[in-house]
Amino acid sequence: MKKSYQSLEDNSTYYMKQVIYRSLTSRIVSLCFALLLAFSTSLTAQEGDPVNGKSLYNSNCAACHKLDKPMTGPALRNVEARLADEQGLDREWLSAWIRNSSSLIKSGDAYANKIFNEYNGTPMTPFPQLSDQDISDILAYTAEEKKEPVVVESNTNEGASQQGGVSNDIILGALALLFGLLAMALVLVNRTLNRFAKAKDIEVFTAQEKRTPLWKAFVQNQFLVLVTAIIFLLASGYFVYGYFMQVGVDQGYEPVQPIHYSHRIHAGDNGIDCKYCHSSARVSKTSGIPSLNVCMNCHKSISEVAPETLAEGTEYGVDYNAEIQKLYDAVGWDGTGYTGDSKPVKWIRIHNLPDFAYFNHSQHVEVGGIECQTCHGPVEEMEIMYQNAPLTMGWCINCHRETNVKVKDNEYYTKIHEELSKKYGVEQLTVAQMGGLECGKCHY
Amino acid sequence: MHINMKIATKYIVALVLLVSFVSCQNNSRPNYQYMPNMYESVGYETYQESDAFKNGVEAQLPAEGSIPRGDFMPFEIENTNEGFAYAKANLKSPLDSLQVDYTEGKILYDIYCGICHGNKGDGKGKLVQREKILGVPSYDDVGRAITTGSIYHVIYYGKNTMGSYANQLNETERWQVVAYVEKLKADLEK
Ligand code: HEC
Ligand code: HEC
Ligand code: HEC
Ligand code: HEC
Ligand code: HEC
Ligand code: HEC
Ligand code: HEC
Repeated sequence: MKKSYQSLEDNSTYYMKQVIYRSLTSRIVSLCFALLLAFSTSLTAQEGDPVNGKSLYNSNCAACHKLDKPMTGPALRNVEARLADEQGLDREWLSAWIRNSSSLIKSGDAYANKIFNEYNGTPMTPFPQLSDQDISDILAYTAEEKKEPVVVESNTNEGASQQGGVSNDIILGALALLFGLLAMALVLVNRTLNRFAKAKDIEVFTAQEKRTPLWKAFVQNQFLVLVTAIIFLLASGYFVYGYFMQVGVDQGYEPVQPIHYSHRIHAGDNGIDCKYCHSSARVSKTSGIPSLNVCMNCHKSISEVAPETLAEGTEYGVDYNAEIQKLYDAVGWDGTGYTGDSKPVKWIRIHNLPDFAYFNHSQHVEVGGIECQTCHGPVEEMEIMYQNAPLTMGWCINCHRETNVKVKDNEYYTKIHEELSKKYGVEQLTVAQMGGLECGKCHY
Repeated sequence: MHINMKIATKYIVALVLLVSFVSCQNNSRPNYQYMPNMYESVGYETYQESDAFKNGVEAQLPAEGSIPRGDFMPFEIENTNEGFAYAKANLKSPLDSLQVDYTEGKILYDIYCGICHGNKGDGKGKLVQREKILGVPSYDDVGRAITTGSIYHVIYYGKNTMGSYANQLNETERWQVVAYVEKLKADLEK
């Protein structure tokens, strides 16, 4: 009722000011207006304001209740009408339930006990702080018609990589066609020119008869042959070397994963910390791939992506909702509980050092204070994960030569740092100076 | 004229060949390796497939009842409503006031909890603001009236739609986070 009071006040001050200027009739009119306004607001107040209801619902109830699907608690669409129809329960019961369901259950209320047992005795949080107005706002929100979801067209048949392949092929085909056409055009131009020349009786200059052909001249000039041979050898040596050097280097490796999991959406758009999922990077050698229960911390509630996200997915040719469904199939989640029928997801490993090299994440991330992105690239923009760095020995060594050890606030290093900086006569030690180039540190 | 023509066709052929070579590179397969037997040891790698066990993976769950080495205390309160109520009323932190480290608590809290609960604990984390996850309570919620024990129980087992964080945080880390949550709660109630 606070609201209606306020509007009455506002109107009356308005009215008071006007007293000085206006006649009685206008006074009466504005008084009527004020009364009407107050009356109409108090009417809507009783009915409940679905907009305020929505924000109350989202902050208090949505953790356990969805509007159209049971979650921790039952679906709440039209709950007031439903309970009135089916159980003959009124607003008073609802208010009592919402404010403190457990005392209602303890009081022996039949329906309260029935629904409590139906949901395996999961208690609902009490909300003593909600006023009558708040509760009618929430109920007004639950009584709203269901909005039809926006249908987004998506072609689920083509996987992302497939589509990439197809578009590549098209571009290549177009290029080949272009070259073909060019060649043909050249031939045609040449022919017509020749024909013109013949028609005009100009003699076309043909080199063959008069001079030795070019290739023969070339073969006869031994110096030229030698130089060409050397250039040819050098060039092919360069390419062969390049080819052999990249064997075993997987930079850019981008396999198709069993679940299309996007770092762009999780780490980028939604800003989830890398260590939320790769939590062992804090404390151990490996970063690890999160087990599926970590995914379910969020995906118990997120069973479908927002329509805007779904539309973004069509750009990459994936149906995000189907991918989340794959996650559910793998953990064995049927929307309300675990079925116990789970199967592991076979993620394909991307970054992989040979077994004779030792790399430790916590040492670099926690002790060295290096950001994940320094080595793994712009992960928060990757729709599909790929290997950003070459992971060759040269790459490790380069960084060890250039990077300073973070000695600040690290007691472990105080003594070592003092001794070594005296030895090298420098203030800041690089990893290399600390011994980061010793074979045994990385090879065991 | 004729010579130009020939050169042009040669260039074109060379270009087409080059383009087709480059396009053969395929990023969805790993590269060749020189001596794979030096790269992959005979020992098992984590999560490697193996027929040694029925479910086909090398990594297995520890046997029922096994405990890690070191000074480890099993958490004996159960994941039930009664357990929750018991923890809420009785469970106390083993950390004394000197061991509580709010800087560490904050780092961990911001990684694991802030995304939903907000870095201030007001229930308005990034996921809530983007309306991806709803119904995250503020720590000063009267109806919930969280306590040391209930926070620990919730971190350990989760509650309804909130999942368990026991596998991401070890025991001391959990208690550090509990201490930090209590600090946030006190700040909110100011
Ligand atoms: C902690 C989870 C939780 C929260 C938060 C919650 N509820 Fe519930 N609610 C339940 C559960 C579980 C039930 C089923 C009965 C039981 O087990 O107690 C339920 C039942 C109900 C019922 C009875 C529905 C029926 O079909 O009989 C209503 C009405 C209801 N809740 C309204 C609300 C409102 C309104 C809010 C927000 C102010 C809310 N609930 C917040 C868990 C919750
Ligand atoms: C919501 C959980 C989640 C978050 C947050 C997350 N990742 Fe991942 N990450 C995964 C999953 C699942 C995979 C395996 C699937 C794949 O490779 O795409 C993965 C794979 C990776 C890989 C490749 C692993 C391999 O096989 O070599 C790297 C590197 C990586 N993540 C780095 C990061 C970085 C850096 C961040 C922070 C910017 C981050 N991740 C945030 C879940 C996550
Ligand atoms: C901290 C919360 C959180 C965690 C943990 C999480 N997700 Fe998500 N996930 C989200 C959000 C938010 C979205 C986007 C929803 C939207 O935009 O409407 C999403 C979307 C998705 C999608 C659809 C878009 C895409 O990336 O293809 C898939 C699939 C998915 N998640 C799988 C996973 C997997 C697998 C894991 C575990 C490794 C995981 N999620 C862990 C919050 C999370
Ligand atoms: C100094 C460079 C560097 C930094 C910094 C770094 N990584 Fe890595 N990462 C690597 C290398 C090298 C590998 C390959 C390790 C191997 O095969 O043993 C790897 C592998 C991974 C893997 C694959 C699985 C595994 O554990 O081997 C994941 C996931 C990953 N990193 C995530 C992260 C995350 C998350 C961060 C930030 C917290 C991070 N990395 C920081 C270099 C780095
Ligand atoms: C982005 C720079 C960077 C890259 C790339 C990098 N490192 Fe390091 N590395 C460091 C820093 C900084 C330290 C020092 C950490 C510390 O304070 O202990 C370090 C320390 C080490 C140490 C311990 C050295 C010692 O003296 O104790 C090893 C072993 C190591 N790195 C291995 C590797 C391997 C293997 C690779 C390549 C796969 C690699 N690093 C790539 C920055 C890097
Ligand atoms: C900073 C870490 C680091 C240090 C120090 C280091 N290596 Fe390496 N080394 C690596 C990594 C990582 C690889 C794997 C590179 C790859 O897979 O392409 C490697 C590969 C090699 C290989 C090639 C094996 C093969 O099959 O490709 C040889 C040989 C080698 N190291 C010898 C040495 C010697 C000798 C030293 C000491 C002078 C040394 N390494 C010091 C990290 C290191
Ligand atoms: C994925 C989002 C999410 C994350 C991350 C998350 N929570 Fe929660 N938390 C929730 C939701 C949703 C609820 C409401 C649960 C309910 O009662 O239905 C909740 C409830 C709580 C409660 C109140 C439980 C009660 O007594 O009623 C506490 C305390 C809590 N969380 C602490 C934490 C801590 C500590 C962390 C970090 C380790 C954390 N949460 C991480 C979503 C999250």
